[in-house]
Amino acid sequence: MTIDIRLHHRFGTFELNAAFAIDKPGITALFGPSGAGKSTIANGVAGLFRPAEGRVVLGDHVVFDSQSGIFLPPRARRVGYVFQDARLFPHMSVASNLRFGWRRAETRADANEFARIVDMLGLESFLARRPAKLSGGETSRVALGRALLSSPRLLILDEPLAALDAARKAEILPWLGRLRDEAALPMIYVTHALDEVARLADSIVLLRDGRVDARGAAFDLLPDLEFSNLAGTTPLGAVLAAKVTVHRDDGLTELAFDGGALFVPRLESSAGAVLRVRLRAEDVMLARVAPEGISANNVLPVTVAAARVADDSHADVQLLCGATKIVSRITRSSFQRLEIKPGMAMFAIVKSVIVDSR
Amino acid sequence: MVLLPAEREALLLSLKISTVAVAAALPFALAAAYMLARTRFPGKTFVDGVLHLPLVLPPVVVGYLLLMTLGTREPLGAWLLAHLGLRLAFSWKGAALAAGLITFPFQFRAIRLALQSLDGGLSEAAETLGAGPFDRFVNLVLPLALPGIVAGAITAFAASLGEFGAIITFVSNIPGETQTLPLAIYSALQTPGGEIEAARLSALSIALALVGLTLAELADRRVRVLIGQ
Repeated sequence: MTIDIRLHHRFGTFELNAAFAIDKPGITALFGPSGAGKSTIANGVAGLFRPAEGRVVLGDHVVFDSQSGIFLPPRARRVGYVFQDARLFPHMSVASNLRFGWRRAETRADANEFARIVDMLGLESFLARRPAKLSGGETSRVALGRALLSSPRLLILDEPLAALDAARKAEILPWLGRLRDEAALPMIYVTHALDEVARLADSIVLLRDGRVDARGAAFDLLPDLEFSNLAGTTPLGAVLAAKVTVHRDDGLTELAFDGGALFVPRLESSAGAVLRVRLRAEDVMLARVAPEGISANNVLPVTVAAARVADDSHADVQLLCGATKIVSRITRSSFQRLEIKPGMAMFAIVKSVIVDSR
Repeated sequence: MVLLPAEREALLLSLKISTVAVAAALPFALAAAYMLARTRFPGKTFVDGVLHLPLVLPPVVVGYLLLMTLGTREPLGAWLLAHLGLRLAFSWKGAALAAGLITFPFQFRAIRLALQSLDGGLSEAAETLGAGPFDRFVNLVLPLALPGIVAGAITAFAASLGEFGAIITFVSNIPGETQTLPLAIYSALQTPGGEIEAARLSALSIALALVGLTLAELADRRVRVLIGQ
């Protein structure tokens, strides 16, 4: 199902003029600083706000088209919306909240689906509770379940973690990852937190001042120095899809990716599983010659694609390992000492590989 | 204190008239409150003012206006009697109407406040989950405004019990028909040697008020638990 979004609206001096498409299930991060127009887009897509001009198409359904005067109200769009403040109905139990959208859905998911989502989000133990008696993380999960059960064509998550503290965030992130992998649903994830993007996004739409500044696959954009320039952030590093190939006798698991192999302490995933793996820029060291006698398990032959001095003390180096982009953040002093130039062949020593749980 | 038959009669009549007054005014108060809290229209300030009139007019004036429109010899009063068999003047139904009208602003104001303080975000959430306007009103707005509705009804009920001027002007002071507790106290004071009777009726009124306040507090707590506050 293709989702096509084009919105244009003027609020005083702020002009929203954004267009992008989503052509497969998974998480599209709508990423940008506060005031970039992210939530306005989310509301325009859900029908909570009527832009002056534009068009929103969900698969075969035109839900908004200013030219032909089509504007479906939110209840007719089948766009699930997880609000930042959850907005659970306080006078209903968790179960009644979950059933609210489920009962009103055009094509109601069957009871098995209800049970599956309750199970997937771990809601079983507090179905009878009132929202006031839930913790922050539990509240988020219920809001997620409620939106999912309304059988949406598209799910919008508007900064679902912004109201949570770090511990609650860490608690809810795996559920979101699980949702992404199991729900087979296009999702728009509104956020200004790059770490959430790195953790969850399949593709990224970078928004600034109401315009789309960059868009593309997360694997492509996150390790891209140009993208971190645009986003105004320090590069987070590389995100890559890696396939479990073999669990070795020495306690390591081998992961194959487009460009080589990584070795990590034994994982539980079975061979053939595709995992999301992150290499933080700070965890990638560079050497001009193949290092010998070091403890690191992962040394990758790479080519320097681009390099820049980031600030007084740091430099970022864009590397290519086969077709995979990696970033290394080193000190400016090392950068000058090693005389790093585009085209140079080097060795990347990866200090740690982060495997996001599935 | 054992109640005399006449005292019991006045007490029961007061309760009946107040109950009917509050119940009859409630739907109108709800509709008016919803209209003023949730919609915009020209002349809204004026309508708001008119709805508050019973609060600021002397009750005797309200009673007089009722008598001038709904008395059996007035066109509207005669029509109601001829076509619906409804006689309001000098009947307990007229007393209920007068009390309902006088206490209407208490209900209206409490409900409007409750509606205004509702979180509009919840309604948006319900909309994205497929709920239409009526659906949202019944399943979201009404239950969440329930504390306000209950509070308004209780205040209006208490004020109805004490209503004097509008009732005595519109439906007179007829024992067993329109003589509520305050009117009975007034009659007792008009009667030579009626001081003890007036004191007994006053004590009854005070007891009624205390019981009412306690029940109101309990009702409020119960409702808040019910809606998860």
